[in-house]
Order: sequence, then structure tokens, then C-alpha cells
Amino acid sequence: MTLVEEPVAAQAPEAEIGKARLRKEDARLITGKTTWTDNMVLPGMLHLAVVRSPVAHAKITNVDLTAAQQAPGVIAVYSGRDFADEQGSIPCAWPVTPDMVNPGHPSVAVEEVNHVGEAVAVIVARSKTAAQDAVELVDIDYDPLPVVLDMEKAVGQDAHLCHDHIDSNESFNFVFDAGEAGTGGNTEQAFADAEVVVSRRFVQQRVIPAFMEPRSVVVQPQGDNYTMWAATQIPHILRVMLAMITGVPEHKLRVIAPDVGGGFGGKLQVTPEEVICMLVARRLGKPVKWTETRSESLMSAHHGRDQIQYIDIASDREGNVKGLRCRILADMGAYLRLVSPGVPVLGAFMFVGIYKFPAYRFDCRGIFTNKVPTDAYRGAGRPEATFAIERIMDELAVELDMDPLELRRKNWIKAEEFPFTTAAGLEYDSGDYEQATQQALELLGYDELRAEQRRRRESNDPVQLGIGFSTFTEMCGLAPSRVLGSLAYGAGGWENASIRMLPTGKVEVVTGSTPHGQGHETAWSQLVADSLGVPFEDVEVLHGDTAISPRGLDTYGSRSLVVGGAAVMKAADKVVAKARRVAAHLLEASEEDLDFSGGSFSVRGTPGTGLSIQEIALATFAAHNFPDGMEPSIDAEATFDPVNFSFPHGTHLCAMEVDTETGMVKIRKYACVDDVGIVVNPLIVEGQVHGGLAQGIAQALYEEAVYDADGNLTTGTFVDYLVPSAADLPHFDTGNTVHAAPGNPIGAKGVGEAGCIASTPAVVNAALDAVRHLGVSDILMPLTPERVWRAIHQGGDGGDRATAGTNAYGGAQTETTAGVSTDASSLGGDR
Amino acid sequence: MIPAAFAYARPTTIDEALQAVASGGEDVKIMAGGQSLIPVMRLRLAAPETVVDLTKVAELRGVRDDGDAIVIGAMTTHSDVISDPLIAQHAPLIAEATETVADRQVRHRGTFGGALAHADPAGDLPAVALALDAEFVIAGLGGRRTVPAAEFFVDYLTTALAEGELLVEIRIPKLPGTWGMHYEKFNRVAQAWSIVAVAALVRTEGGRIAEARIGLTNMGPTPLRASGVEAALVDVEATAESVAAAAEHAAEGTSPSSDLNGQADYREHLAKVLTRRAVTVAAGL
Amino acid sequence: MTQISVRVDGASYSDDVEPRTLLVHYLREQLGKVGTVVGCDTSNCGACTVHLDGEAVKSCTVFAVQADGSEVTTIEGISSNGTLHPMQKAFHEMHGLQCGFCTPGMIMASIDLVNDNPNPSDDEVREGIEGNLCRCTGYQNIVRAVQQAAAEMSGGTAPATEALGAQS
Repeated sequence: MTLVEEPVAAQAPEAEIGKARLRKEDARLITGKTTWTDNMVLPGMLHLAVVRSPVAHAKITNVDLTAAQQAPGVIAVYSGRDFADEQGSIPCAWPVTPDMVNPGHPSVAVEEVNHVGEAVAVIVARSKTAAQDAVELVDIDYDPLPVVLDMEKAVGQDAHLCHDHIDSNESFNFVFDAGEAGTGGNTEQAFADAEVVVSRRFVQQRVIPAFMEPRSVVVQPQGDNYTMWAATQIPHILRVMLAMITGVPEHKLRVIAPDVGGGFGGKLQVTPEEVICMLVARRLGKPVKWTETRSESLMSAHHGRDQIQYIDIASDREGNVKGLRCRILADMGAYLRLVSPGVPVLGAFMFVGIYKFPAYRFDCRGIFTNKVPTDAYRGAGRPEATFAIERIMDELAVELDMDPLELRRKNWIKAEEFPFTTAAGLEYDSGDYEQATQQALELLGYDELRAEQRRRRESNDPVQLGIGFSTFTEMCGLAPSRVLGSLAYGAGGWENASIRMLPTGKVEVVTGSTPHGQGHETAWSQLVADSLGVPFEDVEVLHGDTAISPRGLDTYGSRSLVVGGAAVMKAADKVVAKARRVAAHLLEASEEDLDFSGGSFSVRGTPGTGLSIQEIALATFAAHNFPDGMEPSIDAEATFDPVNFSFPHGTHLCAMEVDTETGMVKIRKYACVDDVGIVVNPLIVEGQVHGGLAQGIAQALYEEAVYDADGNLTTGTFVDYLVPSAADLPHFDTGNTVHAAPGNPIGAKGVGEAGCIASTPAVVNAALDAVRHLGVSDILMPLTPERVWRAIHQGGDGGDRATAGTNAYGGAQTETTAGVSTDASSLGGDR
Repeated sequence: MIPAAFAYARPTTIDEALQAVASGGEDVKIMAGGQSLIPVMRLRLAAPETVVDLTKVAELRGVRDDGDAIVIGAMTTHSDVISDPLIAQHAPLIAEATETVADRQVRHRGTFGGALAHADPAGDLPAVALALDAEFVIAGLGGRRTVPAAEFFVDYLTTALAEGELLVEIRIPKLPGTWGMHYEKFNRVAQAWSIVAVAALVRTEGGRIAEARIGLTNMGPTPLRASGVEAALVDVEATAESVAAAAEHAAEGTSPSSDLNGQADYREHLAKVLTRRAVTVAAGL
Repeated sequence: MTQISVRVDGASYSDDVEPRTLLVHYLREQLGKVGTVVGCDTSNCGACTVHLDGEAVKSCTVFAVQADGSEVTTIEGISSNGTLHPMQKAFHEMHGLQCGFCTPGMIMASIDLVNDNPNPSDDEVREGIEGNLCRCTGYQNIVRAVQQAAAEMSGGTAPATEALGAQS
């Protein structure tokens, strides 16, 4: 292939950090030479199909597997009863309060089903086709129970119960009160004293991560050892958890995340299907594979967001904010998965945004409903918080008749005030909100668009224009282990790396942070190329296999570069330190007299004495002439545990056209300036921002997991769950400011989630700005044309959507729920 | 993701196809481009005993001039419809609407006749065919018959095609006089079906609207003609006001559904707005 | 079972398939052409896009029996003699991919688009790839890539780019 770069003639080494290096990963991805889990084929491999509940809440009264067991090609069929003694519970690693209620989460339902799509039986067959054919032969009788879907009703009087063995629908009540924590004043007093109080109820609708690669698991038993390949973000955590659940000793278990096609938090999970594959492989002693269909994925992989937020903000007449009070209902779904309860708690510390609130109180109740569990989705808690604060700031501005930007400016932390400890107790590290805002205003062409907005209003144009702000920050680099401990999270937040110097001078970097599209192989190569002074091309990055990368905490929370990259830098420092000792020995100089530059050690003041680190690697391999008492290795390992989060920030501006006749909204222009600290690879950073924007905008405009009154997921395929295409998204104008993060050796703050966190409120604020003069003060997300039209012409927030599916399938269930079609079902359209 | 098993026939002539359908058992599905049928089979929402695949029936493809009409073979793909010179000359509305159907991959396989025979009310082409007063030539073992568009669309996903019959070709009468045409589609994302759409044909005579034909997509279980609008657009001044007044009749006689994309009253409102816009463009205003 | 003969990426195959076998499953499971992937079950995502007799199709929405006698080109068949297709090269150079799962289908659809429209505008690219979903990139760099490749494919001068990345 032509992806090999010609060697560059010797010249002064150019810094790799900051360079827009094209990605190493691409060579396999653009040619179809990728190793997705579903590509795996092993001798004797059996195929699994999961039979899923077609009802949202019911007792299982009878299970008849006979017909399925007798189907051609079927090896075995199991119900939950068959696994009851060995399947344990899907783990929840984040008990956010000491008295949090966890109902337990069987991988295959035994006595009761609690959401549509829950696994109720497993087919094992010689082929995928045979397994699929047998799904509809499984006969299960259900005795229906009342379905709990609405959080506000679920916490009301005489509510039906999602789990009848626990006595309410509340899992936990997590409270952070700045007054009690000593990070702010008394919130109740602040509100009692306030001149102005604005209260709003915001809805963060349920969305679906919708990674492009469907989940897939392969397990190969080898004696009492097991190797699992899985489309996961977290091979290391998965290994630990599988050992705990199944009793297979951790050292007998190897987990490999090969090429993984996106995650966005959706693959930050220990899934029922991973456990099922382990149990079946152990029972049958044969390799097994399970790959989900898209409709299975949408109905059974965890969802994200889903909060109802009651937000109160207090200020004086001049717009100086005095207090913020947030009461949150967070939908856990039917069960607690890996970090379900932790998601809203991560948000608890971000509701104050970039503003200097003197008082703050956060009160969140986690609620059970008969829906798929929620868990991490890009931003995990922080988008919800950012949405609430950036929306309520606009509402306060309206109440005060102030410019929304002026209100923000009046209250945000000034550049000279960093580091700044907020009422939520976080110490923001660095930044300049004014600078980012000024750049963003220029990028957008703010003044011209405001003038056009005025013209359209004056002429009563059917198409109105609005501009929305989101001046945001987020906590990244998850996370300082001690902080996680103080929040009762079950693991640390460190990351591990090691560097192996090969005899030929090539370098292997092993990282515990497992990528699924983020470009670690490229960025880590840049870090090491700079640190060791070796060519970019001479570095190979290894990851995603617990046998190769034994220690790691994987990829989520914009942590990879900030924590994992920092570990790589620390390991490189150790390599250089060891190499220095060897160099001193070989050059017969003292270590203190050596300079290290461009990959070579030289004796200070003695030109021509250079010895490259790659030559030292060969000398170490031979070990013929080595310092006394030094073991013959310059390899090194490091584990980095940050002392604080990092705090990227930025200003996002959206200009939105609203067709008041139809309710159709169209983004006219989107501009953002982000400060993600030091940029290692601007190409990758820009790409991360673009992708985050797409997802944040999609939440505002297109995506919503809709359940009907019986608890069926109406948006159960990509026909009705609207992931936007290229034609549905605008061009993005992006920019950067750079304020280095002081908390890690790179100075990076994290970029994976920024676009997704910041964009949603900017888009909604823009739409509202376009039609506020028509009496509209809120519109539920996603901003469907119907909702926008209703809000304009009928008042209110646009109201709920009808829950019938569009013409496409008549709202029908798909094969894996019941194996049957409905009368109305048919694919619509001209096809 | 894997269809249920079925028997497969791939005839190469219309006669062979009719025989295959006749001998295919209780539950035969005729497959044109397969772009609607295969997805529902993958989801096992349809599990026919026999699939009769028409893709190799060459005589069903192509567009020809037949004097006072152009004739479109049922198996002419959407891509071929879009680039066909006869359609561009005599019925550009068809090409305009077809360009909005699904995406380019689907348009390479999906067919004009398949879309019409499928008769999905959210599909774009039935309303266009209705507005153009198309005629449907249907073949059966007993011979051929021709059904006008007004009688072809019977109910939700149901047409005048009887069991054992095949849609062979669609005759589009050439329009005498000066006609403007426009298809106004309203949907949420690019590849989605229409929430509502309007096909408008307007004949103008010296600054006046002489007559108009309006087809409505997804305003009921079948495509509909907006006859109230048509009646209001007979020999009127071609002005924004007269078009707007006529468009107010667009929802008369419709019975739209309520689903994720919109409830019935919203669809009724959209029909009026989109009709006004479609007629405005078609009339060259 | 029905016997089919098909040329895939320049090689001829004769195989028995069930009529219900989807072309994408035939490619992946019988021929080992796992570069083409499945991303959905409703023909929305386009990840499985291949060329069938020179035109882009969603190989999940074609039965393998329908490809009998046809020529199929997948992502694995578009580079020749170790030289990347201009579209592959452009996706790399413009950073038009992240996780890469949609990439094979996206590249195949984009080639088809440029075959029809050698000089597409920004909007024409966006509409031309409406049948392919990407969850990572936000599409902006894909649009840039398609336009760069279009310039190169039509013999125009592609925008100057830096050297390609090292082999992985």
C-alpha cells in the first residue's frame, strides 16, 4: 500500500505534538482489512440468538423450549432458569448513596421481565440462520403486570411498582448542598432573599448511543481458560467484572477488544450478552459468537440521558446570580447497569457551569421504570447539566430583559480568577471565556446575523432567525482516584502505559486506554516520538488485549489523552532516564553531563559524541557492555493518577432559521471556539469536535427513544430513530483557544465530549430566540417540526409526540421481540 | 436480519412470471426492486412462501413514446426514471419526485412500478401518478386490463391488482398546453418518508391558472387528489392570494394518521401550506 | 439451494446459496469478504454498500441469488497493485473517518456519486451520501474527502496534501 511515508532527509527534528499527522489506523480501515469482532471465525464455533421479551413488565409463568430444541441445527436452548444459579447479576459499580436500592439484574430473566427486549432465552445453533429460525419457536407465557413508564407518576402517590420486591420506584436520592459542603452559602436563604427567581422544568429526553458497529461477542474456551473478543470500550473492566460474575478466575480470562466501531459510552458496559456468551461457552466447551441486529441494539443496549429537571435560579435585578437549585428525576430504566446511577451524579458538579454562584443545591432521585437501563452516553451527566444551566441563563435573561451574552459575561469566571473553586466544589484549572466568546462571535458573523434577525422580525417574515449561546465547561480526564473514591465509585481513575524499546530501535507503546475510533495509535506515537526523539513511524501502539496490555481502565470521559497519554509521557521519561544511565556508561561521561535532544545523548560541550536512544536499545539488547548493577532493560512502565479533573471550555453559537408556517428548523450557521488545552493532533481534535457537535445537535433536533403506553420502543429501528445523515447537518465553523491544563504533563484537557455537551443548548436557545417574540418560551427536544409549530401556534412546549411508529413498520416490533409481525406492519415508501 | 426461507423464481418474460406466480402456492410475493420487500422480510414482518423476482424480465424495463402517452415499464428503476429524456420532456414531475425517494443506492434497485404496486401512502410516487392521471396496465393469465389511477389505489398497501396479476406498465398521458409542475416534500431527515407531500400540476393561460391537479402524499390510507383545491383553481388569476385561498381546501376529504412525525391536525395544516407552496412554484409565481 | 456464479473483486466464484441469503452475508460468510459490514436491518445505514455491475447498492437489500452472473466490487477490490483508490486516499488525507465502521460503505457510495457527478458541490455531496450514516465524524471531513477525490478522479488537480501517514 502507499501508506508508507518516504523517509525524510535528516534535518532538525520537528515537534510532533501539535502536528496534523494523518492517522496510522486508517490503513486498515479504508481498505476493509479491519478486525471487527463479528469477523472472527473459529473452528466449531456455535452461534447464539437471544430471545427477547415482547412485554415490558410481566411474570414469566411458563417457558416451553421444546420446539426450539428440536429445530434443525439447534444445539441447545436455555432459559433464565437454566442460568439462575450461575449468572449472578450485571454489576453496578457506582452505589452513589449508602442506601441505594439495586434490584439485581439477571442476564437472562428468570421469574419476571422488566422491559421490552430483556433476554428471556438463548438459542445455540450451528449457524446464525438456524439460531434465528428457532427464535420464534420459543414459547413463553407472560402474566402482565402494570407498566411504569412516567417518572413523575412513578414517584407519585399510589404509583405502580417497577419491581414489586422493592417498596418504591426510587433507587437513590443523591444530594449535594454547597452550604453543607462548605463550598457556598445557604441556598434556601439565597432564594428567600433573591429579587428575581426563575423556575423551569426541562426534559432531557432519552436517547440511544447508536454506535455504528453493532455489539458482538466471541468466546473461546481453552481448557479452563477463556478468551473473549468483544466490541467493548472497556476490556480491562470487563475482565474483572466477568471474573466476579462467573467465578472464572481473573487470570484464566483474557479479554480482547479488537477494532471497535464506535462506542460513545454505549460500549462502556458489562452486558447481559457478554455474560451469556461466557456461560454458554463454559457449559458447552465450544467457541460461541453472538452479534446483535440493529433493532436488537436499539431495544437492549443501554440508553442515555432521560432526566426531568426542575431548575430554579435566583438573581438580583442587575443580573448578578445568587443561587441555583436543581431537583432532578433521573430515569435508571428497569435495572442498574455499570454506572447508571453515577451518570446524573457526574452532572451534579457541573450545573453551575462557568458562573460564580454563591449558593447551590443539587437533589437527584434515581427512578426505576420499565424501560431499558440508562447509562453512559457521550458526556454522561455533563450534557444534562450544561443544558439546564445554559437554558436557564437564557430564561433569566428574558426575565431581566437583558442580553443573554451580557448576563453570562456578568457572572462568568474571569480569566484572571483561575484557578477558581465553584460552589460545586470543583477547582477549574484555566481558561478565558471572554477570549473564546469573542472569537466565536467573529466566526459566526454575529452582528450581521443579529441585523438580519431584526429585519425578519420587522417584516414579519414567515422564516424567523434566532441566535443561541452556550458558554460551557465540563470536567474531563476521568478521574482522580481519590475523588472517585469519595463519590463511592468502585474503581480508580488512573491509567497505565509501558514502553518497550526493541533491538532494532523500534518502539512499542502499550496503553491501557482502549480506543474505538479516537486515533490513539497516531496521537500516542506523536507523544512518544517527541519524548524519545524517535521517528513517528518507528512507534507502534498496542492496546485492547488484557494479555498485551495487562493494566488499564479504558476509554471514556475524555480521559484517554489526559490520563492515558500522560501515563505514556511518564513512561517515556523513565525510558529516557534509564537510557541516560546506559549512555553515560557507554560515552564514559557522568549522567549530569549528558544532554538529550532529538533522540540522542551527547556530552555537553563535546560535539560529535552523540549516541541515539535507538542505538542504546540495541546495546541494551546485547547487554555486553552495561552499567554495573543495572538490569539490561530500558523499558519502563508508568501509571498516572491525576490530582484534579481538567476543564475544557468553549463558546458555541448557533444561528437557526425557523419556518413558522411548518415548524421546520434549519441551522443556518454553527460556530464554536473550544479550549481543550494543548492540542497534540489538530486533525483529530477537529474531528472529535465535529462528531460531538453532530451528536449534540442530533439530540436537539432529531433523536428520541419513544415508548408507547405499553412500554414498546416505538423508535426501534433506524427508520424511526433518526440518526442524522450528511444532508441533515450543517457545516461547522470551529476554532480554538489554548490554555494549557496544569494537571497533566501534556497540558491537554480532553476533547471527546466537548462538542456533544455544548451544542444541544445552543441549538435549542437559537430556536427559542427565533420565536420568543411569538410567545414561545420552551420547546421539548427533539425540536420536531410538529412541536415547533404547536409551540408557536398553540402555546406550551409543543407537547408529546404520538407514539405510533411512522408508516415504515406500522410501529411493529421486530423479529427478536416476538418473532411475529403485526397486522399493520409493512415497510413504507417508494422502494 | 435473516429472512425466513422461501422458494425463489426468476422468470425472464412476463408470461413466465405469471406462471411462476400462479404456481407459487398460497403466499407469493412479487419482487420488483426489493427495496421495500427485502427489509420487511429481514425483519420477518413478511415471510412469503415464494418470491417471484422480476429483475430479469427485460420487457418490463424502459420508457417509450406511445403517441398521446409515454409508457414507463414497471421495472424501470428510479435511477433510470430520473435520467430518462422522455420523462424529462413530458412528465418532469415524476423525475423530480423520484429524486426525493430514499437514497442513491436504493434508487439503483427500486422501481417505478414496484413503488406504485406497493401503494404505501407515505411513498412519493403514488400521489404523483394520481395527479398525472396515469393508467395502470395489468397483466394476468387471462389477458391485460387497464385501470385508471383513481381506481388503482384501493386502501393502505392495497391496489386493484388481483391475486396472480402483475403490474406491467404505466401510461402517462401527455399534457396538452402549458403546464408547470412541482413536488413539495416535507420530511424530517433526508432519507425519510414524507410526512406530507404535494404534487402539483398547473396549466396556465396568459397569466391565469386554467386548471390544476393536486396529488397528496400521506394524507390518508391512499394517495388523494385535493379536489377542493382543484375546483378552486379553475380559471383564476395567477396570484398569491388566489393560490393561498384555494390551498385552504387542501385538507378537505383527507384522513391522515397520527404517528411519531405528526398528528392528524398537523398533517392537515401541512397539506394546506405545502399545497400553496407547490402550486405557487408550479404556476411560476 | 441455488447455484450462482459471480465475480467479486476480480475473482470468479460458483457457490450454492439459499435464496434467502443476503448478498452481504454471502460476501462475508462464504467468501470471507469481511471488509463489507452490516450496520442496520432496515437499509438505512449504508455500511454494506458495494457495487453491483458498477452501481452502488446496499448489499443487505439484495439476495445473493440476484447477483448471479454479475460483477460485484467491494471495498477490498478498489485498490490496485498496492495503489489506493483516490477515494480511499482522500478519506485518509481529509480525516474522513474515525472508528471506520461506516467507511467501506461510505467510500463505495461516494465513488458511485462521483461517477455520476464528477464535480459535486458541498450540498450535492451531502445529499449524495444521504443513504450512509456515520456516527463519528459529523460528515464535514467526509464531504471534504469526496470533493478532493472527485477532483483527482476527474483528472483535475487535487488540493496539495501532506505526506501520508505511516503504515499501521
